[in-house]
Amino acid sequence: MQQEDRDRRAVGSVRLWESVVAVLLMAFGALIAWDSHRIGSTWGDNGPRAGYFPFYVGLFILVSGTAILYSALRMSPEEGREPFVRWGELRMVLTVFVPSIVYVALIDNPWYPLGIYVPSALFIGAFMRYLGRYGWLTVVAVSVGVMVAFFLMFEIWFQVPLPKGPLETALGFG
Amino acid sequence: MHEIESLFGGFAVALSWFNLMLMFAGIILGVIIGVLPGLGGANGVAILLPLTFTMAQTPGGQTSAIILLSCIYWGALFGGAITSILFNIPGEPWSVATTFDGYPLAQKGRAGAALTSAFTSSFFGALVGVLLITFLSPIVARFALRFGPPEFFGVYLLTFCAFVGMSKGSPFKTIASMMTGFALAAVGIDTVTGQLRLTFGFTELLKGFDFLIAVIGLFGIGEILLTIEEGLEFKGTQAKLNMKVVLQTWKELPRYWKTSIRAAIVGCLMGIVPGGATPASFMSYGLAKKMSRDGEKFGTGVVEGVVAPETAAHAAGTSALLPMITLGVPGSPTAAVLLGGLLIWGLQPGPLLFTEKADFVWGLIASMYLGNIVGLIVVLTCVPLFAAILRVPFAIIAPVILVICAIGSFTVHDSMFDVWMMLMFGAMGYVFKKLDYPLAPMVLALVLGDNAEDGFRQSMLLSQGNLSIFFSNSLVGTLTALALLLLFWPVISRLIAIARGRAGGAPPTTTTD
Repeated sequence: MQQEDRDRRAVGSVRLWESVVAVLLMAFGALIAWDSHRIGSTWGDNGPRAGYFPFYVGLFILVSGTAILYSALRMSPEEGREPFVRWGELRMVLTVFVPSIVYVALIDNPWYPLGIYVPSALFIGAFMRYLGRYGWLTVVAVSVGVMVAFFLMFEIWFQVPLPKGPLETALGFG
Repeated sequence: MHEIESLFGGFAVALSWFNLMLMFAGIILGVIIGVLPGLGGANGVAILLPLTFTMAQTPGGQTSAIILLSCIYWGALFGGAITSILFNIPGEPWSVATTFDGYPLAQKGRAGAALTSAFTSSFFGALVGVLLITFLSPIVARFALRFGPPEFFGVYLLTFCAFVGMSKGSPFKTIASMMTGFALAAVGIDTVTGQLRLTFGFTELLKGFDFLIAVIGLFGIGEILLTIEEGLEFKGTQAKLNMKVVLQTWKELPRYWKTSIRAAIVGCLMGIVPGGATPASFMSYGLAKKMSRDGEKFGTGVVEGVVAPETAAHAAGTSALLPMITLGVPGSPTAAVLLGGLLIWGLQPGPLLFTEKADFVWGLIASMYLGNIVGLIVVLTCVPLFAAILRVPFAIIAPVILVICAIGSFTVHDSMFDVWMMLMFGAMGYVFKKLDYPLAPMVLALVLGDNAEDGFRQSMLLSQGNLSIFFSNSLVGTLTALALLLLFWPVISRLIAIARGRAGGAPPTTTTD
């Protein structure tokens, strides 16, 4: 029961998140306009300078961000208090997104990059094991099978080399 | 009838064994992409685009490459209907209206009839769209040869203003999304002055943001995150599709010829305008409901309610390619990705394409006819197979799709930085989608950013910085005026509603989103 209650709790209201995103947009627009102004947003010796176009793009973002913030603050109480996302939903999203970050970090890190194939197999396997509750045999068969198929398709059929790590080197494909 | 002659030349190009094989492969891949959650037409094509880089370098390979990619597009269009009808999950935004009657039909045990009528109507809609392209695009291209920088900028302006005018939600969100696209497109080396822009000292940003990465992140990762929120479990109806059901439905379909033709016209008109497919499908459904004799039965599962949106969506999806090949302005995110492909292969879409690369253009148009015939055959025969793919548990499908997205992002530039960017765009896509920011304008702005900026700067050079150049002759003046009308359409329509409400005493009809 306790778990269910927590799952239903909202992580911020729509109004809150609308405002946060609007403020971020305003900051983004201001940053674009400022940097464009720095490199020259006016008319130069031979025509418009590099920042001419992006300067106005930045201004547009700033203005529309302000308008979005204004309408977010003016939302009706019922609409504004709607939950943006509930805990249970956010937890599901994070169970996908966090492992994805770990997955990309395993492929690409300055210390021990594993290439794309081994982390992919681990990633698929972990999902199947912890979300799908499959037996180890199915997990290994599917995850390794899919990646062997991808290997054949990319490296041999289409000849598109993907990042490789120590395992591929040991097998003589490095 | 110069067009017919060119078209037959195109058929000669498209009808090689290799190209036919690519059509089949493309359609099948496309349907799978359309059926799977998180892999729509736009990012499916984006992921597979790098695979065509080597193909496009061989002689005649550019035509084969575009045939493969456009067939993936047709396949995805067909695939969207399968999930809408069997699972009540619209695979693509323009399939939403198909669920209104398609899913109830399937629940009544008439899934076969719903699928057959959806596929056949799609085919009819696409056919009308291709006929339009065949006969109208050479005229548009010839006309567009007279365009200078101000006219091209006028067309871009019209495209982007149309997004603002036709958006259902807040117009400011559309503008914010679009301008974010333009800002990201501006990052990197300025093509005119060679100066670094908006890189803030990061060497990774020198190359700028590639729209393919944005498409894969926003539509692929973002979509998966949204789908998983509901702890996805597919509850679908069984699909049995045998020849008997197909033939029975085909006998019934001619009864709805009026609805079909109306839907095809709506679709073609809306398709040329960017972002038109989704409103076209809703509009056509609404029209059919109003004008049909069984109007009140709509929503309970009638075949006519599937015919209307599907015909319109496909007519729109197909005619979205018309401005893409003739003017270089894509009408939908998927058309934008196809356009990006053309640019990468070294082709400049626009009026000159028709004179300089006639083989390519007519090969593409011929492949639209053939691809849709192949598509109809494939989907009618393989529905159970495609429905089976949806029964693969999410715990397997989700990570495999994520891996495919990562590989797709990497292969665009052989860069791991892009894969990180894909994750960032994924998170952004999730938040933007939840808050109803439209994503299509951002993608289009990313693709067209440099061209639009060049058009603007060249126009400004011509006029020495005077904005009146955009009204300097009747052509560009009309384009600009139309663009401004569309841009302020939300305001204008509200004023009209208020005026009407005062005059007639009736409450102003507000559109519900």
